[in-house]
Amino acid sequence: MNADTIFEKSRPGRQTCYVAERERFHPAYYMLPQEALRQRPPVLPELTEGEVVRHYTNLARKNWGVDVGFYPLGSCTMKYNPRLAEQIAAWPEFSAAHPLRPTRAAQGWLRVLYETERMLSELCGMARFTLQASAGAQGELCGMLMVRRYHLDRGDRRNTVIVPDSAHGTNPATCSLAGFQVAVCPSGPDGLVDIAALKRLLGREVAGIMLTNPNTLGLFERDIQTICSLVHEVGGLAYYDGANFNALVGRFRPGDMGFDVVHLNLHKTFGTPHGGGGPGSGPVGVAERLEPFLPVPLVRKGPEGFEYEEDRPRTIGRLHAFGGNALVALRAYTYLRLLGAEGLQEVSGAAVMAANYLKHRLASAYQPSHSGRCMHEFVLSAAGQKQSGVRAVDIAKRLIDLGFHPPTVCFPLTVPEALMIEPTETENLETLDAFAEAMLQIAREAETSPDVLHRAPHHTPVGRLDEVAAAKDLNIRWRPQDEGGGDGV
Amino acid sequence: MSFVPHTREDIARMLGAVGLPDVDSLFEEVRAALPPGVIPEIPRESEFDLRHHLWDIARLNGRPDQTPCFRGAGAYEHYLPAAVSHLISRGEFLTAYTPYQAEISQGTLEVMYEFQTLVCELMGMEVANSSLYDGASALAEAALMAMRITHKRRLVISEAVHPHWVETLRTYTANVDPEIVLISAPDGATSAAEVKAALNDETAAVIVQSPNVFGAIEPIRQIGELVKSSPALYLVAAYPMALGMLASPGEAGADIAVGEGQPLGLPLSYGGPYLGLFATKREHIRQMPGRIAGVAHDAQGRRGYVMTLQAREQHIRRERATSNICSNQMLCALATTVYLALMGPRGFRTVAEQNFAVAHHVADRLLELPGCSPRYQQPFFNEFVLNLPAAAEDVERELWDDGIVSGLPLSRWWPERKSEMLFCGTEIITEAAINRLVAAMEEALR
Repeated sequence: MNADTIFEKSRPGRQTCYVAERERFHPAYYMLPQEALRQRPPVLPELTEGEVVRHYTNLARKNWGVDVGFYPLGSCTMKYNPRLAEQIAAWPEFSAAHPLRPTRAAQGWLRVLYETERMLSELCGMARFTLQASAGAQGELCGMLMVRRYHLDRGDRRNTVIVPDSAHGTNPATCSLAGFQVAVCPSGPDGLVDIAALKRLLGREVAGIMLTNPNTLGLFERDIQTICSLVHEVGGLAYYDGANFNALVGRFRPGDMGFDVVHLNLHKTFGTPHGGGGPGSGPVGVAERLEPFLPVPLVRKGPEGFEYEEDRPRTIGRLHAFGGNALVALRAYTYLRLLGAEGLQEVSGAAVMAANYLKHRLASAYQPSHSGRCMHEFVLSAAGQKQSGVRAVDIAKRLIDLGFHPPTVCFPLTVPEALMIEPTETENLETLDAFAEAMLQIAREAETSPDVLHRAPHHTPVGRLDEVAAAKDLNIRWRPQDEGGGDGV
Repeated sequence: MSFVPHTREDIARMLGAVGLPDVDSLFEEVRAALPPGVIPEIPRESEFDLRHHLWDIARLNGRPDQTPCFRGAGAYEHYLPAAVSHLISRGEFLTAYTPYQAEISQGTLEVMYEFQTLVCELMGMEVANSSLYDGASALAEAALMAMRITHKRRLVISEAVHPHWVETLRTYTANVDPEIVLISAPDGATSAAEVKAALNDETAAVIVQSPNVFGAIEPIRQIGELVKSSPALYLVAAYPMALGMLASPGEAGADIAVGEGQPLGLPLSYGGPYLGLFATKREHIRQMPGRIAGVAHDAQGRRGYVMTLQAREQHIRRERATSNICSNQMLCALATTVYLALMGPRGFRTVAEQNFAVAHHVADRLLELPGCSPRYQQPFFNEFVLNLPAAAEDVERELWDDGIVSGLPLSRWWPERKSEMLFCGTEIITEAAINRLVAAMEEALR
């Protein structure tokens, strides 16, 4: 396939007319000061619509998505995305609505947002949710800023947040952004929070703890109520990172575990598409004592219908120009109502069953990080394969040859040569079996013909790309020929 | 509905393999640790029934696509070529995740590269990332970046920057507790004299937006000259649609340029998803937040794309990362890329000029109404503020009774500005819509 960018396919003079150059002209144009006008116009490509459609269709064909095949990327919950949600999100009654419409003219929207917020609150055992955060990481920031404000409001200066060593990188990064230092809590040999180590970290300076449950090893933190009480005893708060909520949804609630703040990822558990990396949505729920700090605006039911609540003196403020990724919330609303509580229980049940089944099938060839049952995902170590010179990344690349998207590799950092596998509930048994067979084949190849793995993938548009050279000799934008072509930044 | 494919036999086989009698026993350990949760009563619906219910809800919003809307204020309705929604609906783009595996993500990665190039071109800047959440958070990240680069925490901000953007900036920077100096805009544009007086060696950044929240085209070159002679960085927020006509942040000497990308190919969507545009100078690239794609080669010398400069990011640096962001608004960035590729240089310029003409035409017509006067005398692009001879919120209500979304009453943000209304006119406003607006305004002001 042709690898030229859209710019290289451009030819001067070629174009499609979408907006007529009508006679609508206004003489004020001539009164604009010269210094207000642009001197050098932007270089944009010139193509017909047919050429544009073909270019991006061919790029699409170089991509892998859940629609294409199995995508067992651990902690990312790459499940099927129902198409009804896409259709509803395209209805102009929703998609063409201006965010600052009078509330009287947006009652449908406000109802969707209000009811989504209520359903999420009930599913998590929280008092109230905000839908404003655009992604899990922004949800984390929102949550930790509320934790910060909660303590400051009580005249309590606390600067430390405890994060387990197996946590996703956003957790410590969020703590820094919210102004906290990170205290890393080691996991015990069972992969769970080491309670004795946690106790040593607890003190008056601890603002809270950030935890995922099940954790990134796919293990349920069974001492979770103890962990939360220990943190509460020193005056800290417990933050639930909902990245792995698909394991529990419809069955168990973070509120019952003792958490005070929760963020969910609508693009994971609630079936909205990942879009190649976004847009997602990271709603944040809080227990009652943190409710005053939620960002504005919130939606409430008033005497004359749904309305915005903006006058909240203790709010942390805003995180978004408007109310957040409303069309993503609408998709999640559609998903929730299609499945209902019963369907959500089926989701978590099937997700956990599929993971346990796959783990069972692969445990003979790869070393599981921990024996016994897992939740919705599990981690294998390719440490055994490493003895024949095969790394986790080689296994991942070979899976591409065999028709699968690889699992998450080299994470969590606590497991050497980690392969983190999350099958989700929407994959059928034939797919799970075919994936297991592929993994077993690769384990055999690691012993007999490791070179095949080192050279993988074999049939993709490009082979393994040299990331080190790319970061050293940066080329992150195309340049017109008269500016030296595509070389250099 | 259910999207779980397992048959009774499949379930028996899977449970048999792991030696469990039923699905519930997979959760034994959880049940032992937790009280039984109270699970909400959410009914399960068929696609057919739910579509009907959602239609009843949707109708409560009216028909926004058939309702003339003279409101901008940070979100703008422009014409969307049909090919945009077609291409962003492709499952290979829609249902992919972050391109961790470059070999099977070349589609997404090449779009990121093209998008970065387009943002650089629009902004007149050297480097750009592949998008942030929205314009407001892009501005907040830019302020944090300026404070990181200068090691200073004083921000000089025009009070004509969109108030929600400034609120977002305040939220994001809460822990840094910056000293914020607001520059007034008494005649609608930021006072250059005040900027000059406010600048000192402790300033991290000067922040302006053009056109600003009142629609006025700011003297960004003039302010850029002032900032250049100080150690502060110059942050310019631009309305990308205006860049088909108006001076780019780069031409004004900006160190960091941000913008709300929604006008370029995305519907209003009741506020999101949108995308934050973010560009800067090459020298600051390692302090720039967000995902970046770059060209790389494989062992055979074939050209491809990878995520690059990841050493700035949270999954490597953890608590020392430049930001906690671990995604971009990829599908929105794709929409913007396709939009700009379709429009081309001439189409893009035409849209800008049509916006200018339509908005000025709307202004002329409204100014013929008795008691209406321009609030400011500044040059504007496609938004302007009028003084009305009545309370703007009453006018808003009466216009909606006629099925028209009026301009925004400024009292929504500044309670004391009761009779001021911020109007917007884009290329999609027809002559007929303007006639309806004028007739309805005449009635409302009678």
